[in-house]
Amino acid sequence: MTDDNQPSPLSIHDMTVAYQRRPVLWDVDYEAPSGKLVAIIGPNGAGKSTLIKAALGLVPRASGEIAFFGKPYHEMRSRIGYVPQRTSVDWDFPIDALGVVAMGLYRKIGWFQPVSRKYRQQALAALERVGLAEFASRQISQLSGGQQQRVFLARALVQNADLYLMDEPFAGVDAATERAIVELLRELRSAGKTALVVHHDLQTVAEYFDEVLLLNMRRIASGPVEQVFTAENLRRTYGGKLALLDQVGHRMSGK
Amino acid sequence: MIAEFLQLLSGWQGLDTWIAITGALAAMACALPGTWLLLRRQSLLGDALSHAVLPGIVVAFLGMNWLEQSDRGASEVVRGSVNEVVAQSVTGDLARVARRQTVLFVGAAISGIVAALLTELIQRWGRLERSAALGVVFTSMFALGLLLIRLFASRAHIDADCVLYGNLETTAFDTLAGTGIPRGAIVNAAMLLMNGLLVLVFFKELRLATFDAELAESQGLRAGWVSLALMTVTAATVVAAFESVGAILVIAMLIVPAATARLLTNRLSLLLVLAPLIAAVGAVLGHVGALTLPSMICSRIGLRGIDDASTAGMMAVTTGVLFLFAVIANPQQGLVRGLFDQLRLQVRIAREDLLGRLYRREELERVPDMRRELPRTWAAWIARRRLLRKGLIQSGTLRDELTDAGRRLAQDIVRSHRLWESYMARHFDLPGEQLHATAERVEHFLDPALQAKLAEELNQPSIDPHGKSIPPVVE
Repeated sequence: MTDDNQPSPLSIHDMTVAYQRRPVLWDVDYEAPSGKLVAIIGPNGAGKSTLIKAALGLVPRASGEIAFFGKPYHEMRSRIGYVPQRTSVDWDFPIDALGVVAMGLYRKIGWFQPVSRKYRQQALAALERVGLAEFASRQISQLSGGQQQRVFLARALVQNADLYLMDEPFAGVDAATERAIVELLRELRSAGKTALVVHHDLQTVAEYFDEVLLLNMRRIASGPVEQVFTAENLRRTYGGKLALLDQVGHRMSGK
Repeated sequence: MIAEFLQLLSGWQGLDTWIAITGALAAMACALPGTWLLLRRQSLLGDALSHAVLPGIVVAFLGMNWLEQSDRGASEVVRGSVNEVVAQSVTGDLARVARRQTVLFVGAAISGIVAALLTELIQRWGRLERSAALGVVFTSMFALGLLLIRLFASRAHIDADCVLYGNLETTAFDTLAGTGIPRGAIVNAAMLLMNGLLVLVFFKELRLATFDAELAESQGLRAGWVSLALMTVTAATVVAAFESVGAILVIAMLIVPAATARLLTNRLSLLLVLAPLIAAVGAVLGHVGALTLPSMICSRIGLRGIDDASTAGMMAVTTGVLFLFAVIANPQQGLVRGLFDQLRLQVRIAREDLLGRLYRREELERVPDMRRELPRTWAAWIARRRLLRKGLIQSGTLRDELTDAGRRLAQDIVRSHRLWESYMARHFDLPGEQLHATAERVEHFLDPALQAKLAEELNQPSIDPHGKSIPPVVE
């Protein structure tokens, strides 16, 4: 998929992730294609979010190597944008939409430096791209779920990254937001960027995405939608967990 | 009563000023880390921490006392006079205060860490949820601290009362050599200054780590370290405030001013200014209250000889009252505002109901009732008065009648009502009476846009399910 001169945006080699010694992802090997929209698909508890978080070092890995554009994550932070699940933060926090978006720039601004006018302008521009410019000074608690999700997207956009990792951006959003997100994803792709998106709705996979990564505690299959997104592969992904894998995992956790 | 209050207050002395200042400084210093704890939804962690550090403080205090005593013994032998020891230079005394605080802080930090580890272990081994583990640890450690105080009370000048309520009144006497400024005030002012600077410098980082720890981590800011630093600062602040104002006020000042300020503003920067301000106001008012209220209240209920109360306790109470006031009167979602909104809605509904009734009666074109309909509720009474004043209805000889302006408004309300009935009839299988009851509630909430949408979806109907005509749109 990727030639040798241009390393993959994200390559995962033999990664195992465990929560309290119980593996939730087993020996995952994956190379993300450059400039494509990739859906990460699998049932609940399949380890989709965990894959992203472990790649970013937010949860510890039991083993395996991760490279972003051929380098370790801490050297590539500025090229990677992360959109966490909307429910992962407290939306009653006293901050306005612009303030949240500006958080995406904190690293560029530099630690212990105040957010200057120039960066506020950038944040506003990002809000405009997701169609929320008029909500810039609105408290985030007063935004609808879809608007909150778009604020999160704007926060990733403002980083101007080359690889975006998005955790269920389509969860619980209205139709208008869903369209806005799809539009945005296509914009990113035409700008040559890559997005890995945890996605739930199987109906829209073929319409929204170029490639899929099917997960269920292990990598089931990955590749272009038309080749990999088959009934057979879906059956293997959703046809229940491998009983033995689950049992062994249980043993390893010592419970 | 005011005269009595002023007379009691006229007893205010320089000492009282220092008590109020010391209390205010301690409260302000606590309010800053308290605000971040509140935003992290860890309010009780500050509470737990301020309890759990007690045994460490006691041990450090005992150790220090022991050291100081041997120091003093030595110097007495050499100089032979206690006075010379007291008459040290200001800087020497400041250094002593700083050393003392450092030792106390180290003691507190150690027990804070022990508490954190114990909580973790109990949670894991006892399979308890976190708050239960925390509850077990901090109460036990606090009790251990009190026990230690009891055991060694004779050797050191600390007692359990002082720990709980503080000794603000006497800290004012404990001044820095040669200046007249209480040491407590200096220690707490230093904490306030430090906390203020930390918040200013690390504002962005604290905000990011508090709001979204994952994003912080992914950007390379270690959220875990930020939260550890916050805990450490909280512990240091608590220790500084503990001695002068006691455990109760420390806990109150960590959270109550922040919670009060949170009700008043949605802006984080303002929140961080308001919280210490509220803490200071609470502290000063608290001391005023401690001087005046007990004697004013007790003399009225026949108790004599009580003319003072614990200042720290009163400061906590006052801050609590400020909070209550904010709950009732805050402009965003206060009780007063809510009540007012509800009353306005009730009057509006009564007004629209009256208009609707008059419209329907005109429609019937029968001989009007001989009696004027009397308002049955106070809302209906106010509604009728307002309609009369605005010239939307007029008081005829026998009954109220719609004016032209009133008829236009009434027509709009009846149109909403009947459109909604039609809509319900299409989508719900309900008896006519129920349709009417629902429409009676909904009609008050249909704005022109919604009304137009409804009509469009129903293909501009002209007859409602009861066979009555739906009036056209008001021009």
